[in-house]
Amino acid sequence: MFDPDDLERIREGKREWEAETVAPTVERFGERRDAFETDTGGRAVDRLYTPADVADLDYESDLGYPGQEPYTRGVYSTMYRGRLWTMRQYAGMGTASETNERFNYLLEEGQTGLSMAFDLPTQMGYDSDAGMAAGEVGKAGVAIDSLRDMETVFDGIPLGEVSTSMTINAPAAVLLAMYVAVGDQQGVPREQLRGTIQNDVLKEYIARNTYIYPPEPSMRIITDVFAFCAEELPKFNPISISGYHVREAGSTAAQEVAFTLGNGLAYVEAALEAGLDVDEFAPQLSFFFASYNNILEEVAKFRAARRLWATLVEERFDPDESASKQLKFHTQTAGSTLTAQQIENNVVRVAYQALAAVLGGTQSLHTNGKDEALSLPTEQSVRTALRTQQILAHESGVADTIDPLGGSYYVESLTDDIEAEAREILDAVDDRGGMRPAIESGWVQRRIQDVAYERQQEIEDGDRVIVGVNEYRVEEDAQDADVEEVAEEDERAQTERLDEVRAERDDAAVEAALEDVRAAAEGDANLVPPLIDAVNAYATTGEICDALRDVFGEHQPGL
Amino acid sequence: MSADTQQRTIRCLVAKVGLDGHDRGAHVISRALRDAGFEVIYSGLHRSPEEIVQAAVQEDVDVLGISILSGAHNTLVPKVVDGLREYGAFKDTLLLVGGIIPEEDEADLREMGVAEVFGPGTSTDEMVGFIRENVPER
Amino acid sequence: MTALVDRLLAGEHRALARVISKIEDRAEGYRDIVAALHEHTGDADVIGITGSPGAGKSTLVDKMAAAYRERGLSVGVIAIDPSSPYSGGAVLGDRIRMGSTVGDMDVFVRSMSARGSLGGLSTATTDAVRALDAFGKDKVIIETVGAGQNEVDIVRTADTVAVLVPPASGDDVQMLKAGILEIADVFAVNKADLDGADRTVQQLREMLREATVPTGHHGVDVLDGDSENDREEAENWEPPIVETVANRGEGVAEFLDALADHAAYLDRSGEREAVERQRYAEEIRTLLRTDLQDALDAEIQRRGGIDELARRVAARETDPYTVADELLAPIESCLDEESATR
Repeated sequence: MFDPDDLERIREGKREWEAETVAPTVERFGERRDAFETDTGGRAVDRLYTPADVADLDYESDLGYPGQEPYTRGVYSTMYRGRLWTMRQYAGMGTASETNERFNYLLEEGQTGLSMAFDLPTQMGYDSDAGMAAGEVGKAGVAIDSLRDMETVFDGIPLGEVSTSMTINAPAAVLLAMYVAVGDQQGVPREQLRGTIQNDVLKEYIARNTYIYPPEPSMRIITDVFAFCAEELPKFNPISISGYHVREAGSTAAQEVAFTLGNGLAYVEAALEAGLDVDEFAPQLSFFFASYNNILEEVAKFRAARRLWATLVEERFDPDESASKQLKFHTQTAGSTLTAQQIENNVVRVAYQALAAVLGGTQSLHTNGKDEALSLPTEQSVRTALRTQQILAHESGVADTIDPLGGSYYVESLTDDIEAEAREILDAVDDRGGMRPAIESGWVQRRIQDVAYERQQEIEDGDRVIVGVNEYRVEEDAQDADVEEVAEEDERAQTERLDEVRAERDDAAVEAALEDVRAAAEGDANLVPPLIDAVNAYATTGEICDALRDVFGEHQPGL
Repeated sequence: MSADTQQRTIRCLVAKVGLDGHDRGAHVISRALRDAGFEVIYSGLHRSPEEIVQAAVQEDVDVLGISILSGAHNTLVPKVVDGLREYGAFKDTLLLVGGIIPEEDEADLREMGVAEVFGPGTSTDEMVGFIRENVPER
Repeated sequence: MTALVDRLLAGEHRALARVISKIEDRAEGYRDIVAALHEHTGDADVIGITGSPGAGKSTLVDKMAAAYRERGLSVGVIAIDPSSPYSGGAVLGDRIRMGSTVGDMDVFVRSMSARGSLGGLSTATTDAVRALDAFGKDKVIIETVGAGQNEVDIVRTADTVAVLVPPASGDDVQMLKAGILEIADVFAVNKADLDGADRTVQQLREMLREATVPTGHHGVDVLDGDSENDREEAENWEPPIVETVANRGEGVAEFLDALADHAAYLDRSGEREAVERQRYAEEIRTLLRTDLQDALDAEIQRRGGIDELARRVAARETDPYTVADELLAPIESCLDEESATR
């Protein structure tokens, strides 16, 4: 990109500057630290970046143009000048009707997509009256025991006009079946349904741990969903391959990219083995990353991930469609960076993280409420979080040109570094036979736990400043946040509703439908159609997941 | 005659109760306790209160640290306490809870016998120090 | 102390747990406890499970425990992690895989670490097995990584030793020759559904055929001449190779049958008694060695420490033999008196 003679002059100039201008100053005053590093990777940060740091960059092949391969600068040709990112706040709490109210409120406030959180029993495939569900019903999200609950959540919300993201993994196919069933009831053609299910079980084994079945049958469920969506729900993303939880478990930025794209490759391979064509489903794949406080490292991470995915898909699967190589992603600001101390500070953290996501070209964004370190966010803090995005979109100007940091010597250099490191990690994964074996042996988890432990030690040793936690502390009343809690009665009300559903339905039809689910699981037929029949018969989430447990068994993790 | 050198080692059970699968904290704490010279038994995920009681009794731990982030502490912790009492293990087990616990719940937990509640941002040094000072005499 | 022993014998779980803690801690009075328990032991069937990390030991032990429970038998498990980092601490994770029997107090699982001394661990294991035996467990399973001589010593506490082999490269099977092959009474090729399992079974079979030394961990060092002669006429135990897929429970019944066959062989051939006596002889020797060593260490300490003694030798004030004689003299004279009065 640069003339060799110019580069030589620049290198010489920098050497002179270091020797004559910088050295005397450093000698007299020193610098704040002996060494500067990026947020989590421990990557050395130089004093100054120049064209010499990106000497090997080839503009056309390494960066290109938005909407063109390798998509480093963005997946769409006009990016936010055409349409802003989708502002999607994760919500869902207590009962189905409360979630319905929250959704209506958010739509009125100008939110453009719905995002649904489920309580842990639902995520683990248990009904609200199961023993393990005690104390967890309606906490951290909404309880969906049967199609009846799903009908309530979307009462009065036309599914043809919204896009819905569901954070659900092990039982994703069941919840998708319920969504399709509600759409059918509303008379919305299936091809108009828009949204995403997370459906990323590999990262559950790595980090989030809401798994049910062993890896092999889990991959089969996922590829069945791919096939069903390719056939019937062309506007629905059948998976959101999630680095967010990997990062929140403690990984570095490069590990986040590597393990997430590695999982992506594993899903593509599984789908190809199941007989799908790469161009049938790859354009529907979506990704999900975290955004942390180190703005420039995060921007570089998003750009590196886009370029690396395009390259990997090209190298390994050689698709015909360009769209198969596009990495489209959702971003959530990093929950683990929120502090319980001086919670107002979290508003600022979230704003910087959101800025990084937008500068990195995200397709949708969730901004955390300031109080999420303590509990589910209050309505007021959810509003502030949403306003943070709106201020970015309409007042900051960062949405008006595409990839504004492209060409920054530092950001380009960091993009190259993160991509190279992620590739190295992926090579190590390949040496272990791919992501599944690397996860099953615990190798991936240990890599991440090592970083998490180091980071904790850095904080405790004071090597890493967390404002309000280990520096700049104030005396404050413990947790004076206005904490919203889920009432205990909700658990009882939910189980009563479940009893009603069980009383009203046709038990013989339920049993027959569950038998069909078992039969499909034992054979090769796509699971989703019998799942839709089962939810329409008002078989419960727990009953359906149990039917699959009968056939698939349960996952037993190690240390 | 007994010239045996006594080697009392503090044993801790780091337990994840309920369906919450966030184990970053549990792993970090396990390692920190190990590096402090303690023996740490990690329960694994998705344990019921009964399973935690069984492990605490059989392993005869000095310290039982329950990590819980889902908000189900009001339901689950009392069951653990009851179980420990049933086996006569409550008195000499230092019971700790780590996670996101609202202030008013914290008081309730202390009332029922939780020695300390460690919220977000607690340093592992603090925890190790607390254990050394408060580990029950045997 | 006797109260604790009584409570253990009465079936109190907490007392059993506390006794094992005292054994591990070498707490004051633990010797009296173990001594008091000894007469109540001898009924449990003790099984050792060893193999490389990742072979699936914990998973197999879990399924074994579940299967024994189905047959109405009570089970004790000692899960040993012999790795010990510099801090002396350890994270013990074997319990995690014990998922099939959680909530069932009649499966008593205890995790143990080396606490900086593998030699001590083997004594502690022996005593913990005693506690479980006296408590009334029908089956006691010792699970440990089969890495070196010390681990081999630990697992020798068992009547029947099973070695778990994961399907692997030939190199790993070769590695088994060093120490592990000799102690195996039963082999289990676990994860038999993986590629390479057939080859591993094949290699094991060849290796056993080639083995010229009698296999089985009881085949060497038999206590006295008589039993050695007996043995020549008796049948030889040939370790069977069982294929298992522990996480799915496949082959577990066959594996337990193989263990039971070996137990029957021990009774039939008289090996059990011979081995038991050999084990106790070894235990007495070990105890005496460590006790005497401890007593001498204390005496050395009273005389100013080993460095001081060494200094005096270096300064030609005395010599090593005289120092040793001086230290041993009181002990020897005590022993002489003892035998004179007998």
